Amino acid sequence: MRAVLAPEALEAIVDVLRRRDWRVVAPTVNDKAIVYGEIASAAELPVGWKDVQAPGSYELERRDDEARFGYAVGPQSWKRELLAPSVRLLQIKRANGTLEPAKDAVDRKRTAFFGVRPCEVAAIKIQDRVLVGGPYADEDYLARRKGSFVIAVNCGEPAANCFCASMGTGPKAEDGYDLVLTEILDGTHRFLAESGTDEGAELLAELPQQPAADADVTAAEAVTDAAREKMGITLDRSDVHDLLLANLEHPRYDDVAERCLACTNCTLACPTCFCTNVVDANELTGAAGDRIREWDSCFTAQYSEMHGGGTRRSVKSRYRQWLIHKLATWNDQFDTQGCVGCGRCITWCPVGIDIREEVAAIRATQEAKS
Amino acid sequence: MAQTLTETAGTLEAMMPVPYAVTAKRQDTYDTWTLELEPVDGAPIVPGPGQFNMLYAFGVGEVPISNAGNFETDERLVHTIRAVGAVTKALCAAEIGTIVGVRGPFGNTWPIKEAKGKDVVIVAGGIGLPPLRPAIYHVLKNREDYGRFVLLYGARTPSDLVFLDEVKSWQSNYDVDLDITVDAGDTDWKGKVGLVTKLIPPAQFDADDARAFIVGPEIMMKFVAQELMNRDLPAAAINVSMERTMRCGVGLCGHCQIGPTLVCRDGACYTWDEVENLIAVKEL
Repeated sequence: MRAVLAPEALEAIVDVLRRRDWRVVAPTVNDKAIVYGEIASAAELPVGWKDVQAPGSYELERRDDEARFGYAVGPQSWKRELLAPSVRLLQIKRANGTLEPAKDAVDRKRTAFFGVRPCEVAAIKIQDRVLVGGPYADEDYLARRKGSFVIAVNCGEPAANCFCASMGTGPKAEDGYDLVLTEILDGTHRFLAESGTDEGAELLAELPQQPAADADVTAAEAVTDAAREKMGITLDRSDVHDLLLANLEHPRYDDVAERCLACTNCTLACPTCFCTNVVDANELTGAAGDRIREWDSCFTAQYSEMHGGGTRRSVKSRYRQWLIHKLATWNDQFDTQGCVGCGRCITWCPVGIDIREEVAAIRATQEAKS
Repeated sequence: MAQTLTETAGTLEAMMPVPYAVTAKRQDTYDTWTLELEPVDGAPIVPGPGQFNMLYAFGVGEVPISNAGNFETDERLVHTIRAVGAVTKALCAAEIGTIVGVRGPFGNTWPIKEAKGKDVVIVAGGIGLPPLRPAIYHVLKNREDYGRFVLLYGARTPSDLVFLDEVKSWQSNYDVDLDITVDAGDTDWKGKVGLVTKLIPPAQFDADDARAFIVGPEIMMKFVAQELMNRDLPAAAINVSMERTMRCGVGLCGHCQIGPTLVCRDGACYTWDEVENLIAVKEL
């Protein structure tokens, strides 16, 4: 199902969903960044804002139009909603001479993710594969994911660090959404809306709309075509799996280790990084405790800590682990790619390490050798 | 429900520990204890040889520990634990009656049944013996199904050898070619001194029709595998058990990855050809 929506129809989206008692989480402006938060009105969207990104740099600037989605991705991803930063897995009581583990009753509202970029739709699909696609499923993730409703927004304004075109995940979402919007800013400000599921079509049917003409479809195509053109191909991923695995001792890793602070920002900002730790938080009485799952990062020394020390003691080995995981071993482990080209790891790296440059450097000297 | 999610048949209850009581405890060495565990309610889980459980010390945390039980005749869980970190120290300090949490069994199993009709070579280093014990008992219970049974056991010092009386009873009760060595002896040690790799050249087995199972420190497994390959045993006939940090045990937390493999999901039992190149890369 396909229709054209006026900018005012976005308010109807929020209205319809909130009347169903759903949460609507969308981009908002907060702390000088685009961050995801629950909204009660479409007026809370970042109207007329754009972001200017560079390695290690992120700024918001005013646009000279009223675009609702005139920016790329911010520091957060929908991972916050699905693989929450901290979740109580269990409460365990020590009582009656035994341990009594109990799970929290989950009564979670349906949540609409409003404004999911194509790279983020791809990231959600990757986390689905990792967290519920194997022999064991993450129960909390699955519950949140089942309750999610994805309103994607195709991209017209990629940031300088965006490389979804290189990774094949954008700037146009092909599937994985309930409803997808393309914001058209030339001529009349309007949105082409297309449903991807029955639920998406149901929502679309409730919105004030105009029929989509061929010209609207063409205009929407032009938006994503221009975005693709603007991005170009900045990460050559041909044979990148074999390239990285054949160059595990490449001197570039010594070079990047000199710059990398092992601060974990890239992994926390990454929409696909899924590593978690489980910690115990106990009552002082000793009678009860919580088992809490929280985000972890392969950049910490503790991540690989075993008896006799960690297996990745050097920062060099931790950067290598992250890079080869994203672009090579992820495919071996989960039969899906690990990187979606959102560029967050580049923007939010305090020293501006650029995954594209690191791969290019390894490729360049590899090619020189052969 | 969002139709964008492809439904999965994945097990959901994997993070829920089941209460087990410590019903027996034995100190094996200066830093190693063996616990026997029985469920507070219901039937015990029965792991396969080579599988591990996540053991939970209340309020402290969880660690993956190999199953060391004789699952041929006994359904109690047996875990041999070296007290080296906060959780293992708490587990080793457990008294009879203490309740611990158990999740499992996880991981794959030793291809010990697939070794039927062949010579079996077991090489254990230190507390690498307990994870091999279920496989050893399978061979002993079905002794006539297998060819020669070579058991080579090494440890750093005599006080690092575990289950020594039991190991010697296997030699006297079954047809087992047993050889034991320590890296460094003490005044009472009358046995062999030297690395366990030295026991391999004289060992009697048919390299064309044998399977080896090795557990010990990574460096020990590497040199043992090399010695076995020097005897013309193919890398695919050599089985090892890998060890990495684990938080979930079920392929969700990411910690146990070694390059392309997740140890909890794809291992912990591997053939040597699967891991040789991974181990060769420092800090992979």
